[in-house]
Amino acid sequence: MPKRAMGTNTGRSIRRRRNQVIPGFGLSMGVTIFMLSLIVLIPLASVFVVLSGATPQEIWKAITDPQTVSTYKVSFACAGIASVVNVVFGILLAWIITRYKFPLRRVLDGLIELPFALPTAVAGISLTTLYSDKGWIGGFFAKFGVMISYTTIGITIAMIFIGIPFVVRSIQPVLEKLDPQYDEAASVLGASKARIFFKIIFPEITPAALTGFGLAFARAIGEYGSVVFIAGNIPWKTQITPLIIKSKLEQFNYTAATSIALVMIIFAFCVLFGINTLQARINRIAQG
Amino acid sequence: MKRNGVQLILILLGAAFVFVMLILPLITVMTYALRQGWETFAEAITDDYAVKALKLTGFSTVITLAVNTAFGVFASWAIAKFAFRGKQVLTTLIDIPFSISPIIAGLIFILVFGRIGWAYPLTESLGVKVVFAVPGIVLATIFVTFPFISRELIPLMQAQGNEEEEAAALMGAKGLKIYRRITLPHIKWALLYGVILCTARAMGEFGAVSVVSGHLRGKTNTLPLHVEILFNEYKLTAAFAVSSILVVTAIIIMILRNIVEYKLKKEEG
Amino acid sequence: MKKSVNPKRLFAIVLSLVMIAGLFAGCSDKGESAGSAARGSSASGSAAGDAAAGEARPDTIEITNVSYDPTRELYAEYNEVFAAHWLEETGQTVVVTQSHGGSGGQARAVIEGNEADVVTLALEGDVDAIRKEGLIDEGWLSELPNDSSPYTSTIVFLVRADNPKGLQDWDDLVKPGVEVITPDPKTSGGAKWNFLAAWAFSDQNYGGDEEKNTQFVKDLYANVTVLDSGARGSTTTFVENGQGDVLLAWENEAFLAIEEHPGEFEIVTPSLSILAQPSVAVVDENARKHGTEEVSEAYLEFLYTDEAQRIEGKYYYRPSNQEILEEFSDVFNLEIKLVNITDDFGGWDAANEKFFNDGAIFDQIYAREA
Repeated sequence: MPKRAMGTNTGRSIRRRRNQVIPGFGLSMGVTIFMLSLIVLIPLASVFVVLSGATPQEIWKAITDPQTVSTYKVSFACAGIASVVNVVFGILLAWIITRYKFPLRRVLDGLIELPFALPTAVAGISLTTLYSDKGWIGGFFAKFGVMISYTTIGITIAMIFIGIPFVVRSIQPVLEKLDPQYDEAASVLGASKARIFFKIIFPEITPAALTGFGLAFARAIGEYGSVVFIAGNIPWKTQITPLIIKSKLEQFNYTAATSIALVMIIFAFCVLFGINTLQARINRIAQG
Repeated sequence: MKRNGVQLILILLGAAFVFVMLILPLITVMTYALRQGWETFAEAITDDYAVKALKLTGFSTVITLAVNTAFGVFASWAIAKFAFRGKQVLTTLIDIPFSISPIIAGLIFILVFGRIGWAYPLTESLGVKVVFAVPGIVLATIFVTFPFISRELIPLMQAQGNEEEEAAALMGAKGLKIYRRITLPHIKWALLYGVILCTARAMGEFGAVSVVSGHLRGKTNTLPLHVEILFNEYKLTAAFAVSSILVVTAIIIMILRNIVEYKLKKEEG
Repeated sequence: MKKSVNPKRLFAIVLSLVMIAGLFAGCSDKGESAGSAARGSSASGSAAGDAAAGEARPDTIEITNVSYDPTRELYAEYNEVFAAHWLEETGQTVVVTQSHGGSGGQARAVIEGNEADVVTLALEGDVDAIRKEGLIDEGWLSELPNDSSPYTSTIVFLVRADNPKGLQDWDDLVKPGVEVITPDPKTSGGAKWNFLAAWAFSDQNYGGDEEKNTQFVKDLYANVTVLDSGARGSTTTFVENGQGDVLLAWENEAFLAIEEHPGEFEIVTPSLSILAQPSVAVVDENARKHGTEEVSEAYLEFLYTDEAQRIEGKYYYRPSNQEILEEFSDVFNLEIKLVNITDDFGGWDAANEKFFNDGAIFDQIYAREA
């Protein structure tokens, strides 16, 4: 099928043509929209219902309060770093799990979902213990004067912990589908390992890696339970945005809480939207 | 495959990461859980309320899985197989539950169904209690794990392309048949991953559920909430013992999945 | 082709409707069966469950007690004792469902629809927030003795064994190099007592000068190295993770920490502290709706009996009955001078406004250093 020609077509003509070939658009779309509305969009709309009772000035004041702004910085910076680390190690882990045979490979594979199954409070307490200056890992770094728990490094660590399954599990299915003969052929032809990876494998897994990045990032900025223990929660330094939301709720200030939540939702939406668009573009190039 | 230096380094690097980020926390959990001996451990996990909480967790996980699998299958088909306007917006909207702080995820259901919510008069007149009761817990769990399965399927199905399905459709195959014969074999492992991820997350979900639960002992406490309550009662050991149930269950599911996958793939040749 | 799409779309919508409806039905069945099982058993034979409690008492009655965190063991024992008493008195079996969580969050849950019959929370302000929503009748504070607080506690210092830094009183905590662990009063209601106790100390010792008081609490919070979101988090930080030299804690929680780790910590009682008064009240609207007013009131009144007061003392709450408090003089330091929220701070509304609301003194002491 001449994909390139299709790219120049208008969306309308694509839709018409696709519809004629593969069945089930109406059905699947209907179910998708319906369930999405019922479970996500309608409940989410209540945020706007609450905010409709507030003046724009109130909302603006809540979201631009300097202390709140300082928490955005902490949350977004730590989440960003954590997601980058996760992408690097996520690719690495997905790669060794799918391509190499080594002892305990299946156990390692099975451990990846651990961060999901562990209740967040327990995860938070364990990580804090481990990385405090009295803990196994934290004690080691404390010798060099590096504090992990109760600092932004600790927050980042907790975010890496909760995000890693997203990245590995996004990339893994793609790598599994990718025929190893592909790169074996290339290596027979004399391409170096690194060259094979960056020329053949990397473009294939980029969309999946981006998805993983986006999901890990989105989850990290919203995460509360596991981060709040390892964060020192000192105002201006180690407070995360969800904590501010909690403190607003504690004062029964629903307007401020939902305003700040809205900022986070919009921000996350933009990041995810950017990633999805990028991913779609890459897909089109890859297919063309 | 022959082992070489690069491979070894990569494996060691990956193993080191897993050791530090995953295994050490796991060991910490287990050390805490067992530090007062097996007896305390056994007592904690056979406690009446722990068992009730386990049942509720199981119940909400099963429903969540059913709903989200159905959604994942339909949504991935619509998004991966067709081109339409606003696709990116739709995909992103599906992702939204990931990015919402659990506190807010719970709060939105309170704002709908709670005493201050707009749907309260309706549910009240029907005599149904949604939040601070089991339905709220199930809804919140579905919400936070909503995108899991579709997100596993979409990238893979997009990478797969449409050629095979198009060919089958042109040859006159019906929708369900195309799905079963052509699409499903390609995505079944991704689907399985999605289901597993969703299970793990649904079992472990704490934040959102905590907001809508009301923490009624023996009625609306899920396992993670039970853990939190134990923790708040200065029963740290018991809290970790109960969470070890969650962790061990998760790991067993994961390893089982692995074995099944391995066997099936072998059969396929 | 287009024709065949429409019926399919219709089918899709119907299908999903059915699925969602099924889900809701399934859930609500479950939810109701839990509720109606309780009520059903109360309706002996006929469906009198919903009817007003009227003449004939049902065999079983159920009430929900929404409480705050470390009261579980107290109420676990108390509920049994009360049930026995109530059975003897009325021939009725009472089942108490407990709910525990952070005090502020629990109050919010009741406001948002968690149908508690009684609340037993950490702060009067939390109970009063429920009253403001119209769920509790006016004047609840004087409904029961001692401002409706059957037991009290206070704020003490938990230090490491042998008190290596020699911390004896509040003014030791502001010295340079002392690391203090306390939760954030903006997210933890209980932590407000800690702040107020420190303020009261400064107020009484430095001539009641507001500026000096502000400086004092500022110095104190400058020494805080970890400001956890909840009291329990702070205890973990101090006890399990070895952070800080002193933990500001509720007396009963300090005792619990010592119980878990005997020999590792000790309690220091400062010269002055605050009378922490956990408040109890019947949530009138819910009790009326459930027909549980009588038993709910009895449940709270029984907290003041000698038997119940001793149980409270056993779980390290200070009984409000002075005679019984004396029985525990080997446990509690009764010499401590206690200020209280009503007389010294003008009640919770005033205290919140002055200290804890956004932009108030607590926020000011953390104003950006730059």
